Amino acid sequence: MKIEILGTGCPKCALLGRHADEAARALGLDYELFYVKDLPAILAHGVMSTPALVVDGVVKLQGHVPTVRGLMEVLKG
Amino acid sequence: MPEAAAPRPAHRGPGFWRGGGWLVPALPLWFVLYRCLEPFANWLAYRRLGLAGSSRLGSAVAFFAYDAPKVVMLLALVVLGVTFVQTFISPDRTRDILAGRAGAWGNLLASVFGIFTPFCSCSAVPLFIGFVRVGVPLGVTFSFLVAAPMVNEVALFLLLGLFGWKIALVYAGTGLTVAFIAGWVIGKLRMEKHLEAWVMQIDFKPSTVAEAAQSFSDRLDLAVDGVRDIVGKVWPYLLAGIAAGAFIHGYAPEALMAHIMGKAAWWSVPLAVLIGVPLYSNAAGAIPIVQALLGKGAALGTVLAFMMAVTALSLPETIILRKVLKPRLIGVFLAVVTAGILLVGYLFNAIL
Repeated sequence: MKIEILGTGCPKCALLGRHADEAARALGLDYELFYVKDLPAILAHGVMSTPALVVDGVVKLQGHVPTVRGLMEVLKG
Repeated sequence: MPEAAAPRPAHRGPGFWRGGGWLVPALPLWFVLYRCLEPFANWLAYRRLGLAGSSRLGSAVAFFAYDAPKVVMLLALVVLGVTFVQTFISPDRTRDILAGRAGAWGNLLASVFGIFTPFCSCSAVPLFIGFVRVGVPLGVTFSFLVAAPMVNEVALFLLLGLFGWKIALVYAGTGLTVAFIAGWVIGKLRMEKHLEAWVMQIDFKPSTVAEAAQSFSDRLDLAVDGVRDIVGKVWPYLLAGIAAGAFIHGYAPEALMAHIMGKAAWWSVPLAVLIGVPLYSNAAGAIPIVQALLGKGAALGTVLAFMMAVTALSLPETIILRKVLKPRLIGVFLAVVTAGILLVGYLFNAIL
């Protein structure tokens, strides 16, 4: 599973990264986590509010940071 | 099935506490503590430390001891409420509401949504592109972008708690007016050609994300995270602001303050803006200073202008926006917002 965190590098992006990491580990997923900070790359995903979470190329959420529990639901689905 | 484990009633088990039940004892406790702050501060400054009630030091210490916990407690409560409500609002939804709304109505709506839509200032550029590319008119987009920092939703409710609804209403009303006018003027000037070319050329198709519905306790958890995050970040500014406020409260002579920042001095409003621009602080940090200034006889219009300049005109944000706006449009943006702030300052000094 490829998890991407889209965002220009503000504290909230880092927070989403940490939460996603924690959630994926709690689920025992086989995953890789990347940060995408390049603006055109972010826009190419159609994302306009950061931070955003992209799983295997699909935008799962944008503009807010859920709790670890909330992210586990997102990553399970 | 007689023995079927009936689901435990939600209001009894530990799920009750995690699901938000802790609010039931926590809110009254908050209220009682809040009520005890002033007597405690007076006891500390005048009894425990033995400072004279009329002394400058005593008055500054009492101000600090009362204000620091009070503002922090208020901030925590406000952030909890605001963050909870904001889990229902997102920039995507706001964008869809604003798309295609030309004219004054669009500017007004954008200004209101600008206050409450949660967005991180670091995503100003993608947000700007997202708005413009799905057909939110440029002027309407600007109303949103001006209102967002100018009327800070946390500052709004802090003002409500500290000064009452009149000042809070004035703050929101004037900020909305400036955002409305700025966006409306920029729309009328038809400045679309002053966007950087890549804004319209770059590959962008808005993705719609169907996010799962969040439960009450999820939203509450997020609100608690928000409190931890914001209070954790803001408290040094807040304490610095309160310390500055305490100094003003105890030491700044009233006559001098009224002379410099009172309504008689015509130059006080532009001066307040000039001082406010380089001071880019969180609105929450500016509020204790505002409180002390008002207490010392500074005019409301001047203080409002100062606060708006601190939050709405900032160098870092201007630099970020330069990525999407050509210098001419940046210039118009800054000029219109500054003019709006000056107008608000003079208006309030004149009528109050």
